[in-house]
Amino acid sequence: MSDISTTPRYVVTTHTTASRIAATGAVILFLVLVMVPFFAGRGLIQDLFFILTMLVLAQFWNLLAGYGGLVSIGQQAFVGMGAYAMFGGVILAGMDPIPAILLGGVAAFLVAIPTAFFAFRLQGPYFAIGTWVIAEVMRLIMAQVKALGGGTGTSLPRSATREMWATEWIAGMLDVRNSAARDILTYWLALLLAAATIAGIYWLLRSKRGLALSAVRDNPEAAKSVGVDAGRMKWLVFLTSAFGTGLAGALIYVQKARISPDAAFSVTDWTAYVLFIVIIGGIGTIEGPIIGVIIFFLLQALLADYGTWYLFTLGIIGIVVMLFAPRGVWGLISDKTGIQLFPVRRRLSGGTLGEE
Amino acid sequence: MIWVDTVVQGVLLGGLYALFAAGLSLVFGIMRLVNLAHGDLIVMAAYLILVLVTVLGLPPFLAAAVAAPVMFGIGWVLQKYLLNRTLGSDILPPLLVTFGLSIALQNALLEGFSADSQRLPTGAISTSSLEIGALNIGVLPLLTFASAIAVIIGLNQLFYRTSLGRAFRATSDDPVTASLMGIKPGHVFATATAIAMLVVTLAALYLGMRANFDPNIGPARLIYAFQAVIIGGLGSLWGTLAGGVIIGVSQTIGAAINPEWQILAGHVAFLLVLLVRPRGLFPRAVD
Amino acid sequence: MALLETSGLTAHYGDFQALFGVDIRLEQGETVAIIGANGAGKTTLMRSLSGVLQNAPDMIRLDGTAIGGLSAEDVMPLGLAMVPEGRRLFPSLSVEENLLIGTYGRKVDGHWTLETIYDLFPILRERRNSPGTALSGGQQQMVAIGRALMSNPKVLLCDEISLGLAPVVIKDIYAAVPKIQESGASLIVVEQDIGQAMKVADRVYCMMEGRVTLEGTPDTLSRDDIHNAYFGVSA
Repeated sequence: MSDISTTPRYVVTTHTTASRIAATGAVILFLVLVMVPFFAGRGLIQDLFFILTMLVLAQFWNLLAGYGGLVSIGQQAFVGMGAYAMFGGVILAGMDPIPAILLGGVAAFLVAIPTAFFAFRLQGPYFAIGTWVIAEVMRLIMAQVKALGGGTGTSLPRSATREMWATEWIAGMLDVRNSAARDILTYWLALLLAAATIAGIYWLLRSKRGLALSAVRDNPEAAKSVGVDAGRMKWLVFLTSAFGTGLAGALIYVQKARISPDAAFSVTDWTAYVLFIVIIGGIGTIEGPIIGVIIFFLLQALLADYGTWYLFTLGIIGIVVMLFAPRGVWGLISDKTGIQLFPVRRRLSGGTLGEE
Repeated sequence: MIWVDTVVQGVLLGGLYALFAAGLSLVFGIMRLVNLAHGDLIVMAAYLILVLVTVLGLPPFLAAAVAAPVMFGIGWVLQKYLLNRTLGSDILPPLLVTFGLSIALQNALLEGFSADSQRLPTGAISTSSLEIGALNIGVLPLLTFASAIAVIIGLNQLFYRTSLGRAFRATSDDPVTASLMGIKPGHVFATATAIAMLVVTLAALYLGMRANFDPNIGPARLIYAFQAVIIGGLGSLWGTLAGGVIIGVSQTIGAAINPEWQILAGHVAFLLVLLVRPRGLFPRAVD
Repeated sequence: MALLETSGLTAHYGDFQALFGVDIRLEQGETVAIIGANGAGKTTLMRSLSGVLQNAPDMIRLDGTAIGGLSAEDVMPLGLAMVPEGRRLFPSLSVEENLLIGTYGRKVDGHWTLETIYDLFPILRERRNSPGTALSGGQQQMVAIGRALMSNPKVLLCDEISLGLAPVVIKDIYAAVPKIQESGASLIVVEQDIGQAMKVADRVYCMMEGRVTLEGTPDTLSRDDIHNAYFGVSA
């Protein structure tokens, strides 16, 4: 024993070869995506914006449900509050929409505190519906705020969108119209947010807190016995994901520039879609939502013309995946190949434990 | 006097919510399953009744009687072949499968019946009312409330007085030991959901006769039902009725102050109860 | 033909093999005791017989019918009732309801009815409306035995019915066994309390590490035989 403690001959690692390749690939991919506006049209930019913002929402829902065991169907509360706070900052306080996005994140964070206070009184499935009720309450309250358009909603003032930070500079640099420049700006912000989200969640899960989080999810009682404060972990995860979801909501509505309570607090758009992305991709992994959002986008591109049939199919696919491949597409790939692009599990290597 | 009237209307509305909730409460009590498609199943039953009324020309009550065994069968098959596969210690599968079912059902109904509002034809019953003192009480709301009480009495009798009810409780306590008694847990769960669908059919009948419905209103009915169950305390059917009444009265009082506050007032009442009594008003001792 | 018979019974929990070719038989009207240390495979054998664990169909025969592949809810109606280890009463059911539910899968007229169970364990008549779990351990064990008898089974499996009970209570419980035998039921009694088991059994099987290591009648088996079979070492 003393031998080991003085000269450690084994190391704890989380890296794999695949993860090193993936890290390099991710940097290259990020740079390529940054360059996209220089050669791509507005349609592609808008599609990528949609994919990236859905990815952010999916990563945060996955953090909640997949890692934290908190199955929420009320994430639209934070999308909506983030968006409305941004609108409030612009319309009521005369802020520029871009810094107002931060206001959206902060607002979502703040409403998440009382939300958690109520929702954490409910367990399991009742937590899920509880979060939904709270989102409904927020929708109904925002519908009463006449200054932000009440039940019918409102638009960002033209002056605010036209003079938005950096749009003039982008328009000049890329020689595009002001409206296209706005799309490019929001796209870059979405890219930044998505990259920061993935990096941040990856960092969180690899940290000591991440270990505690998996412990709480897998066995709350045992986690408690080794000193993990399950209650604090729940708060941490819930508030983090509310903040991120609020930022994404605000960003999405800077791009949309028009808001209504029904749209901003839509359970279908901001929770059902997100849920299917995570389930189909693979819950409880960082890779899952990435795969899921791509499949989701392709399905939508293929079936969107069929409207209700598209949603019907999505529901059925969700059921089938949950029953027959509960770890999603990434789970199937990972089982077959053993590849982990974002390994968060700790492994011993170079060890001499077997010889003890 | 107008306030007394508001409260009475609210109590009667609570009967409808209790009907929405009784099936949810029953299923949760037996297999700890929360069916997120519950509201959409109510709407589906309403369309089924509507089809029977328009195609076969049946009066709504008779159409509901025909729809009931169909819904019973749907519930049985749904539980036996789909939902039973999701039961276990992990809460994700039942939640996500029933959520998927909810989305699929809503959109199937939209495809079949469009988003147009529908209503069951009611004839004289929807307008007739009883004069009690200065109060004017609609016959249909009264009938709804009476049905809710009848359903709760019936379910309690079933639960506490019959061999099937014993099997429900035993399976809920301990499925392995229940199987040693010759009880097939899969069948018991399927039967419970099938019975819940009978209640759903009745709820759908009153829903369709009292107000307009369209394929998108399921989730809101689920939320009212859920609130009634939580306020009442999990597993208590009389508690569920009390919960329904609290939501109903809150809504009518809210609406009397400002029509836009009706739904909000119900939600706020729910949150207040959750704040004061997190386990509901009549929690079950053993849980 | 034996009433209940296993031939080459094996059982696994995942990769772990718990039974290795167990052969036992139970004749009509007979009481067989199965003894052995913790982990010898007695409870696994009970779980296999009752259908909680499933095996190859031919490994277990009841009255000639292959039941090894059936699940518990299908075995029980054929006349095999079990008193599970730890009693496992249903907490939501009263004493009487716990007894009544014993007939859910098999309603056969016979000696055992609510009245005859109450005659066997008179204390239960007094406490018929209490919740099952409000009773003392010994009374709960009486309910569990009564619950299994209610279906008038051909075979009654008793898994560790003395476990966790005071000696004086164990004596009370075992006092009922002769009356159960008189009613015509055949019994398999799994016990760690060898003394009690030997008193009621016609034959004894001793198990160790998933195998039957000794078979005989109580009067022909010496203490040393049992000790060897039990622990696998010479005394």
